[in-house]
Amino acid sequence: MKKLLLGATVALAAIIGGPAAGWAQTLTMAVGAPVTSLDPHYHQLSPNNAVADMIFDKLVNTDAQARNIPGLATEWHVVGPTTWEFKLRPNVRFQNGNAFTAEDVAFTLARLPNVPNSPASYAVYAKPITRVEIVDSLTIRFHTAQPYPLLPLDMTNVRILDKETAENATTEDFNALRAAVGTGPYRAVSYRNGDRIEFVRNDAYWGPKPAYERVNYRMITNDASRTAALLAGDVDFIDQVPTTDLAKLRNDQRIALSETVGLRLVFLGLDHLRGANENSPFITDNDGKPLGRNPLRDVRVRRALSMAVDRQAIVDRLMEGAATPAGQFLPPGVTGHVPDVQPTRYDPEGAKRLLAEAGYPNGFRIQLNGPNDRYINDGRIIQAIGQTWTRIGVRTAVEGQTWAVFVGRAARQEFSAHLIGWGSNPDGSHPLRNILATVNAEKGWGASNRGRYSNPEVDRLLEASLTELDEEKRQKLVLDAERIAAEDVAVIPIHIQTNTWAMRRGVRHEARSDELSRAQDVRPAAP
Amino acid sequence: MSVYLLRRLIQAALVMLAMSVIVFVGVYAIGDPVEILISPDADQAERARAIAALGLDKPLWEQYLAFLSNAVRGDLGRSFVFNEPALKLIGQRAPATLELAFGATFLAILVGLPLGLYAGLRPNGAGAKAIMAGSILGFSLPTFWVGLMLIMVFAVQLGWLPSTGRGETAEFLGMRWSFLTRDGLAHMVMPALNLALFKISLVIRLTRAGVRETMLMDYVKFARAKGLSPQRVIGVHVFKNILIPVVTVVGLELGSTIAFSVVTESVFAWPGMGKLIIDSINVLDRPVIVAYLMSIVLMFIVINLVVDLLYSVLDPRVRLESK
Amino acid sequence: MSATTAGGAPAVKAPRVETPFRRFVSEFFESKIATGALVVFTVIVLVAVFAPLISPQNPYDLAQLDIMDGRLEPGSRNAADTMTYWLGTDDQGRDMLSGIMYGLRISLIVGAGSAIAAALIGASLGMLAAYAGGRTDTIIMRLVDLQLSFPTILSALMILAFLGKGIMNVVFALIVVEWAYYARTVRGTALVERRREYIEAAQCLALPTRRIIFRHLLPNCMPPLIVVGTIQIARAIALEATLSFLGLGVPITEPSLGLLIANGYEYMLSGKYWISFYPGIALLVTIVSINLVGDHLRDVLNPRLKK
Repeated sequence: MKKLLLGATVALAAIIGGPAAGWAQTLTMAVGAPVTSLDPHYHQLSPNNAVADMIFDKLVNTDAQARNIPGLATEWHVVGPTTWEFKLRPNVRFQNGNAFTAEDVAFTLARLPNVPNSPASYAVYAKPITRVEIVDSLTIRFHTAQPYPLLPLDMTNVRILDKETAENATTEDFNALRAAVGTGPYRAVSYRNGDRIEFVRNDAYWGPKPAYERVNYRMITNDASRTAALLAGDVDFIDQVPTTDLAKLRNDQRIALSETVGLRLVFLGLDHLRGANENSPFITDNDGKPLGRNPLRDVRVRRALSMAVDRQAIVDRLMEGAATPAGQFLPPGVTGHVPDVQPTRYDPEGAKRLLAEAGYPNGFRIQLNGPNDRYINDGRIIQAIGQTWTRIGVRTAVEGQTWAVFVGRAARQEFSAHLIGWGSNPDGSHPLRNILATVNAEKGWGASNRGRYSNPEVDRLLEASLTELDEEKRQKLVLDAERIAAEDVAVIPIHIQTNTWAMRRGVRHEARSDELSRAQDVRPAAP
Repeated sequence: MSVYLLRRLIQAALVMLAMSVIVFVGVYAIGDPVEILISPDADQAERARAIAALGLDKPLWEQYLAFLSNAVRGDLGRSFVFNEPALKLIGQRAPATLELAFGATFLAILVGLPLGLYAGLRPNGAGAKAIMAGSILGFSLPTFWVGLMLIMVFAVQLGWLPSTGRGETAEFLGMRWSFLTRDGLAHMVMPALNLALFKISLVIRLTRAGVRETMLMDYVKFARAKGLSPQRVIGVHVFKNILIPVVTVVGLELGSTIAFSVVTESVFAWPGMGKLIIDSINVLDRPVIVAYLMSIVLMFIVINLVVDLLYSVLDPRVRLESK
Repeated sequence: MSATTAGGAPAVKAPRVETPFRRFVSEFFESKIATGALVVFTVIVLVAVFAPLISPQNPYDLAQLDIMDGRLEPGSRNAADTMTYWLGTDDQGRDMLSGIMYGLRISLIVGAGSAIAAALIGASLGMLAAYAGGRTDTIIMRLVDLQLSFPTILSALMILAFLGKGIMNVVFALIVVEWAYYARTVRGTALVERRREYIEAAQCLALPTRRIIFRHLLPNCMPPLIVVGTIQIARAIALEATLSFLGLGVPITEPSLGLLIANGYEYMLSGKYWISFYPGIALLVTIVSINLVGDHLRDVLNPRLKK
C-alpha cells in the first residue's frame, strides 16, 4: 500500500511538475559519517540524530544556534520543585495518520532504557524522571527525585515515537522502515546500510514546509571523494568539508559554503592522576631518565604548556580558519560561555620563565599522544603543538594512533598529555560534570575525566548548580566553576571547531552549531 | 577424490576455528568497543549497562564459548553498531564487492592476457617494451592515489563518469546489483579499473614470462618444426602451458581482491564488504569482524580448492593425492 | 659490481676464466635499460643511506619545523630566510626534498626488509611443503590459506595495535602478510620441478635432501620467485603507503614516501600538488627501477631462456 501510494505521488509529481521541475525537486546530500541505524533510540551518534531529526520530532527542538525552541511541546514550565509540565502541540499527526498524544510521549520515555543491545543508549535522559503523569491527552508532567533544571535540555535529545507503531518494535523494524514513523518533515522510503537513505517530504508536517520533495541522503566517508562528488555535480550538498579544500571552494564560482562556530572543543588532557612525587608515564628528564615527580601537577607548568601553544597559527595554517582559538569549553553566544576568560596568548618567552620558576629551567621530555583519524586535522595539530613545546625546552615526541586504539589507552590513564575533543551540549554544566568533576561512579560524574582532574571547589559549585531551578543563579554557579577550572588550567583548550558545509550555487543552507546535516535546513537560493 | 575433499573440508573447519580464536583475542587486545561507541553523555552506570548489553562483561573465554555455541547454529552474533545479525549485514554488502571484484578480474584477463601474449611473442618489439613499461606503472602507483586521479580526471575535469557510489541497482536473485543497469555500470567503471590495475600488470607479466619460457621448450620447437600453424602452436600448446601460473594467480587474486577492496571501496564510496570491514575495525565491531573473516576464509578455502582441482586438470603431472 | 665495469667488460672478458658469476654479470650488463635502472637504483640507495648528511633539514626533528612555513610552493624561502625549499613544504613546514630523502630510507627499509625476510621464510616453507609432501605439506598450506585469508589491513591493525606504531612493526606486519605468497608460488613450481628427471637422478644418487633442495630444486624455482619478489617489493612499498593512508603505518612524525603521498593526497583537490606529486615521483622511480632490474635478473637467471 505504502509503495503504491509512493508510486502514485511520484507519478503525480511528474505530471504536475513536468520533467524540468522534477529534478530540482530532489536534493542529493552527501554526508561524511555513516548513519548506523534508523532507530532514534539505539545509538547516540550525530549522524543518527541528524537523520532522526528528519523523520521524528522532539518535545523541545533546537534552533541553528542550539537554543531551545518549541517542538512537539508548545510550552513548558516548572509546576513544583520536582515537577515539570509540558503542553503538547495539538492537531499533530504521525506519518501514518495517527494523532499525536501524551500517550506517545509516555511510551517513548518508557522505551529509552529498554532498547536491546544499545551500545550508547538514550536512557540517561529518562533517568532523572521518576514518574510520568499524563494530565490529559495534550498535557504531561515529569516528576523528578530532585529539582532538575536541565530537563528541557534533555528533552531535545528524545525523539517521539508513535506508540501504536513502535510498541515492541526492534531496531531491525526501524531499519526495515516498518517502525520508522514519526511526525517529522520527511519520511524514509528506503535505507541501504552504508550507502544511502531516501526520503520523501511529509506534506502533512505541522511546521514549515521543507523545500525539497525528495531527498537522496548518501554517505561518502572519504573526504576527498566527497568534495570530488560535489565538484563533479553528482551531489548538491556535502557536510564536513575538509579544511584542505576550503580555500579552493571559497574561490569556486559554482560553490557556496555555509559555516558556523560549532560546539566541539579540541583540548589537551593532562595527567593529574600521578602525584607530585610520582613519575608520569611519558615524562622524563632531558637524558631520558625518570624525573621522580610529575611536573603536570604544578599549575605553573600547565600554564607554561598552554602559553606555548600557538593557537592562532594552528587555526590559520592547519584549520584554514575553520576554528576559533579557545580558552574554555563553549563558544561565545552559548549558555555557559564565561565572558571574561580569554584564550591563552602564545608567549614562548613567558612560558620559559614560568618553567624556570617551577624548577625546570632546561625543560623536560614529554610525549604528546593523540588520535589521527577522529577530529579535524588531529594528527597535524599534535605535531604543531610538539613544535612549539620543543621550542620552550619541553622536548616533545608526538604519537598519533587510530581512535580505536587511542581512546582505550586514554581511558586507562596511560598518557601524560593527550589531545581529545568534546562535543558539548549547549550548557556549561555538561563538560563540568563529565570532564572536570572528580570521578564518582555513584553520582555519574567524571565519566570522561581521562586526566583524573579533581578540585573540591569545582565539585561543590557543580553540585549546587545541578539542583538550582533559578536559571540566573544556576548560570552563575556554572560560570564560577568553569572560571576556576580555567584558571587552574585543568585542561589546555586549543580551539573550537567551525562546522562547514558546501553546496552548489542555487542551494542555501542554515548552518547548525550542533553539526547535524538535515534536509529541512536546505532550500533553493532565492533567484 | 572424495577422501581428498573430505580431508580438505576438515582442514577448512580447523582453519576457521583457529581464525576465530585469533580474531577474538586480537580484537580484544586492540581496544574496548564500548569506549568508542558510548555517548559522551554516558555516566558510569550507563557504561556498565552498555558493557553488559553487548555481553562484554563476561571473561573472554566465556564470550568465546557463547560465540561458538551460537556459531554452530549458524548465528555469528549481532553487530554492536547496527544491531543487526552480522551475517545479514555481510549478505547485504556482498553483492557490491562481488561484482566489483569480478569486474576487476574480468578486466584484468580481458586486457592482460592479450597484451602479455603479444609482449611474450615479440619480446624485443617496441610494442612489447611499451606494454612492459606500462605494466610496471600498474603496480608502482598506490591504489588510493590512482583512484583519486581517476576521479579528478574523468569525473571532475571531463565529467564523463560519475565520481562515487553505486548508482542505480536492479534486483536479481534477491540481491541488488549495479552491473544490470546502465547507470550502475557507469558507476562501476572507475572502481573496477582502479582495482584491476594491479592485476592487469600481474597477468601481463605472468603471461609474457610463461610464453617466453614455453616458446623455448622442446615440444613447442618440435611442433613448429613439424609445420603446425603458429595459431595452433600458440593457441593450443603454448596457451595451455601458461595457463597454470595465470590461473593460480588470478584465483588467488580474486580472493585477495575481495578481501582487500577496502581502499578502492573507501575512495569511491562503494558500499561493499571492504567498506564494512574497515568501518567495523575502526569501531571494533567484533561480531562483524569475526563473521566477515570467517566468510572470507571459507571463500578462500573454496577458491584454493578450485585452483588445485584446475591444476590437476591442466597439468597431469600434479597429482592431488600427495603421497 | 659498479656500473663502470659494464663498459669495459667485453674487452677484458676474454682472458679471464669464465665463472658462472662472471657470465651472469656480463649477461646482466648486456641490457642498457637494466644497467640504467641499476644505476638509478644505486643512486637512490646512496641518497637514502646518506640522507642525514646531504639533506638540507632534518624533517623528523619537530624543533626544525615551523607551521608558519607550511605549504610553501617549490622554490620558496623559509621565514628566517636561511634556506630555500626547492620542492616546497608540506603542512607542517617540512622541506619536501629532505622529507623525500628520509622517506626513501624508510620506504626502502620497509619494502626491501619485509620482502627479503618474507621471501626467505616463504620460499623455505614452500619448498619444504612441496618436497616433503604429506602432513608437512598439509600443515604449511593450511597456514598459507589462513594467512592469505586474513586481510592485510586487519593483520596490520592487529599487529600494530599489539606493538604500537613504528617502522619495524610495519616491516613485521608486512612479513606476516607476505610470506604466504612466496610459499604458495614456490610450492606450485616445486611440485612440478620435483617430478622432473634431474631431481629423480639426484635422488637415485642418494644425495642428501638438503643438498637436493638447495642445490637443485631452489635454483630452478628462482625465476618465479624473482618475479614474485620484485612485485612484492613494489607491493610492500605501496602497501606501506596504503597503511599510512588508512592511518596505520609509520609514525606521523617520521613519514615514509607513502605517508608523504597520503598527506599530500588531501591537498590534491586544492591545487597544492607538490606535497604528494614529488614523493609520488620518487616512489615511482624507485619501484620502476627495482622492477626493471628484477625483470632482467629473471631473464638472466632462467636456465631455460639460455640461448
